[in-house]
Amino acid sequence: MNGILVAVIGLVIFALGYRFYSKFIAEKIFRLDPNYVTPAHKYKDGVDFVPTNKFVLWGHHFTSVAGAAPILGPAIAVYWGWLPAVLWVLLGTVFAAGVHDFGTLVLSVRNKGQSVGTLAHRLVGQRAKILFLFIILILVLMINAVFAWVISNLFITFPASVFPVFIQIPLAIWIGYAVYKRSGKMLIPSLIALAIMYIAAIISSRVEFLQIDLVQYLGGEDAAGWFGLSSVGTAFFIWIVILMIYVYIASILPVWKLLQPRDFINSHQLVVGLGILYLGLLFTNPTITAPMTNATTDVSWFPLLFITIACGAISGFHGLVSSGTSSKQLNNEMDARFVGYLGAVGEGILALISILAVVTLFSSKTEFLATYSSFTEANGAGLGVFVEGAANLANGLMIPPDISTTIVSIIVVSFAATTLDTSVRLMRYIIAELGMEYKLPVLAKKHVATSIAVVSSAALVLLPKGPQGFGSGGYLLWPLFGTANQLLAAISLLLVSVWLKRLGRSYAVTLVPMFFVLATTLYAMFQQVALQWSWFGSDPNNLLFVFGAIIFVFAIWISITALSVLTKDKGLPNDSQ
Amino acid sequence: MLSKIKQLVAFYEEVLSMPHRQEIARELRDEDDLFFLLLYSELLGIPNPVFYYTLELYPYMIEEFHEWHLRMGMDKSPMVGIRCC
Repeated sequence: MNGILVAVIGLVIFALGYRFYSKFIAEKIFRLDPNYVTPAHKYKDGVDFVPTNKFVLWGHHFTSVAGAAPILGPAIAVYWGWLPAVLWVLLGTVFAAGVHDFGTLVLSVRNKGQSVGTLAHRLVGQRAKILFLFIILILVLMINAVFAWVISNLFITFPASVFPVFIQIPLAIWIGYAVYKRSGKMLIPSLIALAIMYIAAIISSRVEFLQIDLVQYLGGEDAAGWFGLSSVGTAFFIWIVILMIYVYIASILPVWKLLQPRDFINSHQLVVGLGILYLGLLFTNPTITAPMTNATTDVSWFPLLFITIACGAISGFHGLVSSGTSSKQLNNEMDARFVGYLGAVGEGILALISILAVVTLFSSKTEFLATYSSFTEANGAGLGVFVEGAANLANGLMIPPDISTTIVSIIVVSFAATTLDTSVRLMRYIIAELGMEYKLPVLAKKHVATSIAVVSSAALVLLPKGPQGFGSGGYLLWPLFGTANQLLAAISLLLVSVWLKRLGRSYAVTLVPMFFVLATTLYAMFQQVALQWSWFGSDPNNLLFVFGAIIFVFAIWISITALSVLTKDKGLPNDSQ
Repeated sequence: MLSKIKQLVAFYEEVLSMPHRQEIARELRDEDDLFFLLLYSELLGIPNPVFYYTLELYPYMIEEFHEWHLRMGMDKSPMVGIRCC
């Protein structure tokens, strides 16, 4: 099958979804009103509530939600063949993610621009808000652990990426200072920073001295490392410790010093990445060599596919962005369709090209099956295969493979690092909020909350043992990350359904994806927690069992809440009619 | 063609600068809030020797005060001394 053909079919489906399905939802279900005074106008304050042009808001929304997750999930999920992954990305984006992002945006706009957490409190009750906070806490903990592993893995696999990635830190601090303290424009400094990073990438790809290869320093892959670990295990340990020290510092600094300037550079990287991939696809015109479907014996595609690809098909994290920032800046209610639905489509486009980069890399089906020999192998190798696949596409643009490999790995590491920074910061806030809720003010202290966040994340990523020992098994947490993310999406869809029901409108468009996401998540959790990780399961693992069991209990709790809330009928405050 | 490119660059720059502009505005607003607190601390029971003079600023800050309490989630003025609504 031709890669371009699949991309074109995918883009056409996205376009049809936007043109017809989102229009139907906007007109018949949400009944958007061009005369509705949005919170951006009603509470205009020049800070949070600012009426913003819909194209600018879409750009901001998209760059906020797009990250490393829609790349990693699809790169693993092609294990079951490319067709199931492509179908889930396409149908998930059109019928679930688009509706979810659009729905949470409209719900928030109709409720003073409040976030989904606050709305859970208003629409369902206090218990729902606490439940929500715990789910987000688990989600960010998983993000910290998984992305610390992702970055360490890329640093070990592609040592040339280390130098340019670390150069980004002083460059970001310089941009932060130049822009914030001197009120300069940020386009030029951030483009200069990007150029310096990519020049560093070219140099480090060619100069071996600049490639920080810890495994080689420790004597090669077969050598013994520290504390009885292998050299690869030791390299994972060192990188994870360095990353945790870095995120501790990064998350307590003011956002303008490091986090925001990094985002400016990464926004360019998103454009560069998408450009390289889609143009590369066009010029390379590759054939898909991976099998359409792959009959596996170890892990069945149903239901695990639906939690392996979370971002890119449906992701609860988007609801936090929709209701947290975008809803406060929506100029006209009619723009919600463009910003919310098309934001999800943007993420779907990224996931689609990630799949294509992976499935067009191999020279034959046999080679694919050798790399993706088991689900565990797929989890461990997926990201590396994506980087090589993307470099293969970049070859069509005349970029030498060694340089394009380094640049693509820098792009993925940068996305993952920004996600890590943000999520450690978010975890700090949640710990502080839970501390206030349960009368433990000590948890609200910056260093206490950050220490808890960093130490628990480091413990979680270091404990699972992968094939290469201590610290290399972070990918085992990926399904748990997917589960927490899907649960969050299910609660958000539930809130939109409750709101629609109370308005007397049809709520099937949100309830059906909600039940689908919840059912597949519950089924996948049951399979993994009870049949795999428990003491009597096929692969006992206490750590994963405990975390899985906690998420499973939350999932059951949400299902019960869903049923009870949907059967009740309360009036709505006037302002959200 | 050139104007289209300029338009595209302007759009791109606006997308980039949105969170930054917001951060600066937030910091400025926090400083303003602190300034208000210093001016009208007497209303909260904190002695302020220059309150007699700062009270002269009352007509200039009443609108901003109204926006502040709305922003804080209070539909009506929380202080009896300031009757903005």
